[in-house]
Amino acid sequence: MSERAMPLWEVFIRSRNGLAHKHVGSVHAADAAMALQAARDVYTRRGEGLSLWVVPSSAITASDPAEKDMMFEPTGSKIYRHPTFYKVPDDVGNM
Amino acid sequence: MALLFDYALRQADSALILGHRLSEWIGHAPLLEEELALGNIALDLIGEARALYAHAGTVEGKGRDEDALAYRRDAGAFRNLLLVEQPNGDFAVTIIRQLLYSAFAHPFWRALGQSRDATLAAIAAKAEKEAAYHLRHAGEWLIRLGDGTAESHRRAQAALDELWPYSGELFETDAVELALIAEGVAVDPATLRPEWERTVAAVLAEATLAAPAGEWMQSGGRSGRHSEHLGHLLATMQFLQRAYPGAVW
Repeated sequence: MSERAMPLWEVFIRSRNGLAHKHVGSVHAADAAMALQAARDVYTRRGEGLSLWVVPSSAITASDPAEKDMMFEPTGSKIYRHPTFYKVPDDVGNM
Repeated sequence: MALLFDYALRQADSALILGHRLSEWIGHAPLLEEELALGNIALDLIGEARALYAHAGTVEGKGRDEDALAYRRDAGAFRNLLLVEQPNGDFAVTIIRQLLYSAFAHPFWRALGQSRDATLAAIAAKAEKEAAYHLRHAGEWLIRLGDGTAESHRRAQAALDELWPYSGELFETDAVELALIAEGVAVDPATLRPEWERTVAAVLAEATLAAPAGEWMQSGGRSGRHSEHLGHLLATMQFLQRAYPGAVW
């Protein structure tokens, strides 16, 4: 009997029209069709979804946690990239 | 009305017993994902059973509610198909049992949605969508078990050989059903047979499995002649209400 670990799939659900698919977790399944079934059974039991995506976890390219200083630290000091940095003149009113 | 009571009870009993069988997998399923899938299907079936028991109890008019019908009848009073009371066996047996039943249940509920009994039609409309998924779930699994490893193929074929003789009962009719078919309340199962055969044949072909050639079929569930397994199932399922009648929580 051959025993291989089942591949892992990342699950994304779109809850309502107009909202983007959101990552909710992962499932094990032998192939894409079974992954979709497993995702339905595990993650949509309480009416959460109108649409499901499953993506092989191996297809995801992730940033290296060891590089987080290089990747993300430089933005910490650039507060002018936030809209709250700018004062809106009273005359402008609500934007 | 006695006929309608019998008819609703038959569908309710099959749904409840199969739902209970699937619930026995909880804590034992081969994968977490499948644990939830089997639990979901069990809950669909038990939900169908509850609605049907409630309808049967109302039609009967003797004050029996769904609990009285589910928990306070003995094996001889149950009218479920013999197929659904068969033990879970290995995963292949459970999946074959589910496929044979769901391939019937899906067109059955669709047809019963046209029943002249409005309550049955409403229950059927809901159950049809559930059965469609149960059928897909079992079919996809069976294709992978049958066309998988040598071991999974051997087990799937053995499960099919074991349960095939219980499939004939799906298409039986008796005086109760014939009378209700004539009134437009019940579905004539013979009309569902071509679709059932096509559905099952397509899955078996893709799963590289062969339906057994034998013609002989088991029978008896509709008249309360059950296999030994039902008594054991009921002993577990009914224990609480038998030990503490009317218990609620």
